[in-house]
Formats: sequence, C-alpha cells, structure tokens
Amino acid sequence: MEVVDIHASCDHEFIAKVEEESEQKVRLCYQCGNCTAGCPYTFVYDIPVSQVMRLVQAGQKERLLSCKSIWLCATCESCTTRCPNEIDVARIMDVLRHMARREGYVAEKNVKKFWDTFLDSVEKHGRVFEMGLLATYVAKTGRFWTDMELGPKILPKGKLSFKPHEIQGKDKVAEIFKRFREMQQ
Amino acid sequence: MSTYAYYPGCSGLGTSQEYESSTRAVCRALGVKLVDIPDWSCCGSTPAHTVDHLLSSALAARNLALAEDLDAAAVITPCPSCLTNLKVAVHRMSDREFRMQVNKLLDKPVDRSTPVKSVLQVLAEDVGPETVAEMLPHKPLAGLKVAPYYGCIMNRPPEVMQFDDHENPMAMDNLMAALGAEVLPFPLKVECCGASYGVARKDIVAKLSGKLLQAAEDLGAHAVVTACPLCQMNLDLRQGQASSAAGHKFQLPVFYYTQLIGLALGVPQSELGLSKLCVNPRLALDAMHAVQAEKREQEAKKEAAKQIHKAKAA
Repeated sequence: MEVVDIHASCDHEFIAKVEEESEQKVRLCYQCGNCTAGCPYTFVYDIPVSQVMRLVQAGQKERLLSCKSIWLCATCESCTTRCPNEIDVARIMDVLRHMARREGYVAEKNVKKFWDTFLDSVEKHGRVFEMGLLATYVAKTGRFWTDMELGPKILPKGKLSFKPHEIQGKDKVAEIFKRFREMQQ
Repeated sequence: MSTYAYYPGCSGLGTSQEYESSTRAVCRALGVKLVDIPDWSCCGSTPAHTVDHLLSSALAARNLALAEDLDAAAVITPCPSCLTNLKVAVHRMSDREFRMQVNKLLDKPVDRSTPVKSVLQVLAEDVGPETVAEMLPHKPLAGLKVAPYYGCIMNRPPEVMQFDDHENPMAMDNLMAALGAEVLPFPLKVECCGASYGVARKDIVAKLSGKLLQAAEDLGAHAVVTACPLCQMNLDLRQGQASSAAGHKFQLPVFYYTQLIGLALGVPQSELGLSKLCVNPRLALDAMHAVQAEKREQEAKKEAAKQIHKAKAA
C-alpha cells in the first residue's frame, strides 16, 4: 500500500488553486468510490479517479500533474453525474490538465499532440479540417502506421475532403486564440 | 412549428456527412424549419476544454452571438460534443463576470441567453414520437431489432444538459418504437465508447467500443442506433479494431437514428447516405425484411386456415 506523508508534502496553495479554478470544494469528497465504480477509463489510468480526488485533498501536486489519468479522462461525465456530494469531478480532472499544461507536465504526449493539432486546425481554418488534422498528427508523431487499415474503409466513402472548409470569419476565430494567449501572459 | 438556428458542426462536412444530410431531410419531412447560423465556426470540441474553459466557451459563444441575429426559438445541433460545448458556454455565461471575460475574446459579444438543444430533443419533444407514429401507421421498420446508444454526454451532466433521463434516456427508444422497430433494453446506453482517443490511443476505443458491441450482440440486436458522430465512427469505422481486441468478429451495422427515421419516412437514398456506413447496413435491413416476410407468411397461413374452416362450416 502506498503511504503519503501528507504533513510533509501537502501543498496547500495547490489545493486552493484547484478549488478556485474548478469552483469545487474538494474537501467534500468522502471517498465513497462511486466515481471510480462508474469510470470506464480506470483500466488505463495509473491513478483511479477517486484516488485523484484524495490526492488533491492531500495536496500532492507533483504526483497528480505528472500522472497519466488526467490526460486519459474523456470527460464522459459519469463521475460528475453520480457523485453523491455533487462535486464536478470531471471539471477537476480538466483543471488538473490545464495546470499540467501550464507547468510543462505531459504524461501522454500523443494525446496532447492530437488535441493541439486539432486546435491549430481550428485556429487556421475556423473549422476543423479532418484530413489535414490527421496528416499533421501523423507527421508530428511519426506514427505512419497508425490506423493505416482504416484508409481503404473510409476513403472510398468520399467523405473526407482534401481541402479545408475555410470560413469568411476565420480571422475572427484566429483572433479569439490570439486574445486568449495575450490574456494568459 | 418554430424556426431553429442550426449548427451543423465540423464533422457534418466530413466523417458524418450522412448524419448531416439525413438530419436535414428528416427535419424537412417533419416540418422542423432550420436556418443555418451564418459562417459558423468550430465549437472547440473536446480539445478546447482540455486547454482552458474560457477559450472553450469563447469558441462556442462566437456561434451563439451569430445566432442572435436569426431570432430563432433555439440553437440546435445534431452533435452531442458541439451541444455540450454550446450548453456549457451558456450555463457558465449566466455568471456575469465569466460572460464579460468571454466577450473580451469575441468580436461580436453575446448579449442574451439563447436556449440550446439537440436535434434529438426537438424531434422527441417538439415533434414527438406520437406524431411520427401517426405518419407511419404501417410501421415500416417492424422486425428491426435495435440497440439505442446515446453516448456519454447527450444527457450528462443533467444540470447542464437538461434533457431526458441521465441514466436511462428514452427519447431515441420512443422514436424508434414509433417507426415500428423492436427496441431492445440496451444496458450501456450512456457508457463511453472511447470518445476522441481513437487516433492517439486506439487501444482504448477498441476496448470500450468492443464492450458496447458485445452487449448489443448479446441482446440479439440487428443494429446499433446512435445520435453522435464520434460514437458512430468508433463503433462502425473502428469495428474491425474492436473485433481484433475482443478476439471475436463483430458484424453489427451502426446507424444514425436520423437515417432510420428517414428510411421509414421514405427519404431518398442520396440523403439517407446508407452507402456511407462502413459495416454493411444490408445485414440489418435483410434481417428486418426476413422477419417481416415470415410474419406475412404466418398471417397468410392463418387466413388460409380461417377460410378452410369457414368453407367446412358452410
């Protein structure tokens, strides 16, 4: 069993920050385990979601921001919906990955690359360009064999456009990203 | 019927074209008037909210601001991921401070709170399965056994989504029943299919979608019915990957619910887009026709027996 010396390593500032950004009271969690019971992703998590909640209560910043679970949560909202204390657990998972991004922790690099590539596509075209997204992701990760077998299944359907669907207001969308980055600084 | 501001979502222009075209056709057939939000942009989907909630709400809110000019009853979208981002944005912007922050990122600010709904909600509540059933007295999909799959975020979290039951939604079940289909009690209606991890971690999608396909197969379903482009893609395009992971070959067609309503209403094939599906939809439709033929044969036999009985009595 893992033992955490919470007196020695508890980061109170971290707890306050998670509570502020998520607008949730993490101390309300009484470890019933309902979130983990319903979470479809426990099989790939390194820390089950109820333990993530406990580690937040114990102020274990480093441990949490460097874990895989926060990158593998799909925000399916099962935990949030079923929490008896109405804690928005999925929002806390989201906030933890926001913090991990800001502090340079990435335990699942390809997941982050896929999300970043998606948003780059939106910033550039105003709408996501599916074919371009896949091509850029493959180029960035070098995973040329990923989903190769799906090509013959989807390409003949004629659904994937080889050109982006540019919108008139694409500059306005790019402005949203620009202003957001300025606000962050 | 009111006019709705329509937000198609990016996948409607690509991987879920058949959802897009069948949604428009079904809305037209049922008298639901759609006006596209002019020059709509991406809602940010999952990636945006994993980066920042303000950015995510601003990307969604640009569309809400554009929709205000249309003076529509509600903004509606077929895609649950778009729906979630639009609804979360509206929900969070009820806080004045947050709305001001969002508006700082936008060229055109959001002035009022527009209701946002899924197309499914409109068809289930504003049109209603009773109306659909009345239009189809001959129950064209009788014999088709379907497992209705809603996906994880169409109804959750209930405080934000405010539609149907969050553990056992029935909107799609009732619409399918109105077409005459045999709706199976699918226990994994709101379980996650693996969402957007298909590209970066296809092992996750293969496992989670495999679970859903297995449950549908165990119930004897001819097909799965979905309301989400991502769920449909995971269950259909990636069915081979799910089969490899499960060590068992699945062969279950995965329809959009609008394709089945459209089929029942006689929407032309070009708009139904059945040929765009990966797992051959014929597998399900042939099974349905076989059940219908068998039923007709039984009825004919019964009728013949009755006639003989009558003749003997005479």
